[in-house]
Amino acid sequence: MTDPATDPATDPLVQALSGLAADAPGTLLERIAARRVHVPGPLPGEHADLQVAFTDQGVAFVRAGLDEHEFARAFRARFARPLLPADRPPAGLLPALRAGRPGALRLDLRGLSDFEAAVLRAAAAIPRGQTRPYAWIARQAGHPRAVRAVGTALGRNPVPLLIPCHRVTRSDGTPGRYIFGDAAKQHLLRAENVDLDQVADLARQGALLIASDTTGIVCYPTCADARRITPAHRHGFRTLAAARAAGYRPCRHCHPA
Amino acid sequence: MTDPAPVCAPDPAQQVVAALAADLDTGFAALYERYRAPVFSTALRLCGRRAEAEDLAAETFLRAYRALCGYPPARIADLRPRPWLLTILANQWRNDLRTAARRPRPAPETDAPDAPDPRQSVEDAAERHETGRELAAALAALTPAQRAAVVLRHVADLPVAEIADVLGLAEGTVKSHISRGLARLRTLHTPGGTP
Repeated sequence: MTDPATDPATDPLVQALSGLAADAPGTLLERIAARRVHVPGPLPGEHADLQVAFTDQGVAFVRAGLDEHEFARAFRARFARPLLPADRPPAGLLPALRAGRPGALRLDLRGLSDFEAAVLRAAAAIPRGQTRPYAWIARQAGHPRAVRAVGTALGRNPVPLLIPCHRVTRSDGTPGRYIFGDAAKQHLLRAENVDLDQVADLARQGALLIASDTTGIVCYPTCADARRITPAHRHGFRTLAAARAAGYRPCRHCHPA
Repeated sequence: MTDPAPVCAPDPAQQVVAALAADLDTGFAALYERYRAPVFSTALRLCGRRAEAEDLAAETFLRAYRALCGYPPARIADLRPRPWLLTILANQWRNDLRTAARRPRPAPETDAPDAPDPRQSVEDAAERHETGRELAAALAALTPAQRAAVVLRHVADLPVAEIADVLGLAEGTVKSHISRGLARLRTLHTPGGTP
């Protein structure tokens, strides 16, 4: 009755099976958990400290002015993924924050609806120092009538500052709401040399679009091309239809709606 | 009866549960650290392929975390982490098998063999490689119930009572799956070390 094949301690098959145990690869945890870091951001005062969460797919979540517990709770409510400390920020994060656009930085936008992703892609295309109205985003995202939904989608932007939703403003020229507060939005736009006072003055005069009678082109007031028009050649229009009726064509850089 | 555990060395499961009760995220790190090897080993030997095993192990830990988010403190305090994790894994594996049965794919045996684990020592790997590969392939010939019982008992080293919990079976049924599974493996596989 001492057949080695039936005694588990000496059974070669049992020995061989226990040899099939294997440790998890080092990359497995990164597929499961997100990592978190603090980095300095471009906002003043209570919003100066940014917390950033990132996965093996890219940056997933950016919030300003929260303590670690609040950030973890917000992240968990939205992503339901473990959040562990990181040794260092992901490569490319700090340059992307300075530039106000993702550039080569990868973003993890899983979990967004197709519409939300389209809205964020449209917002990401607005150059630094320029603004576009919510209606423009709605059109670029393929849903020209969904202007309010654009506001909601931008309000849920998981990666503000990297996808510059602060460059989306109301069509009356006022900056409008922002995820980190209206004052933060004005601060960011002024820091990018957007002349909010001039935009507001023009809007009061009914000029939501600016045309040049030397080029025959009509632009948004913050478009780099519009800013080059000398005062003598500026013409303001409330709508693109009015500008077209006066013989102007829309700018191919800022695509006024 | 075994001796009572020394007071200075608390049960690792208790340490993990205490860490989870204190903070879900640092607790998760402790849970992963303590149980990644049995979870990954089980996933690897149930699936047979590394890529699928990584998917299954990642899904298991993510589901575990999401379940923990909704558990009240009393439920976390009562947690037995290893059988709980392996129950999540076994259920997910059986679901995947059902899905795969509806949408047939190329048989796993025709796939490329496992890459050797880079952390294993070279001699170890060389010695185990042939036997291990053959035996791992032989596991695929068992019925799913036998494979699960054999892998949990002899690869993950769980006691029969814990396997019964994980698979939702009576202990007698688990023992019979194990002995039939081993008998089938003996007809399929001759360990390399036997003269």
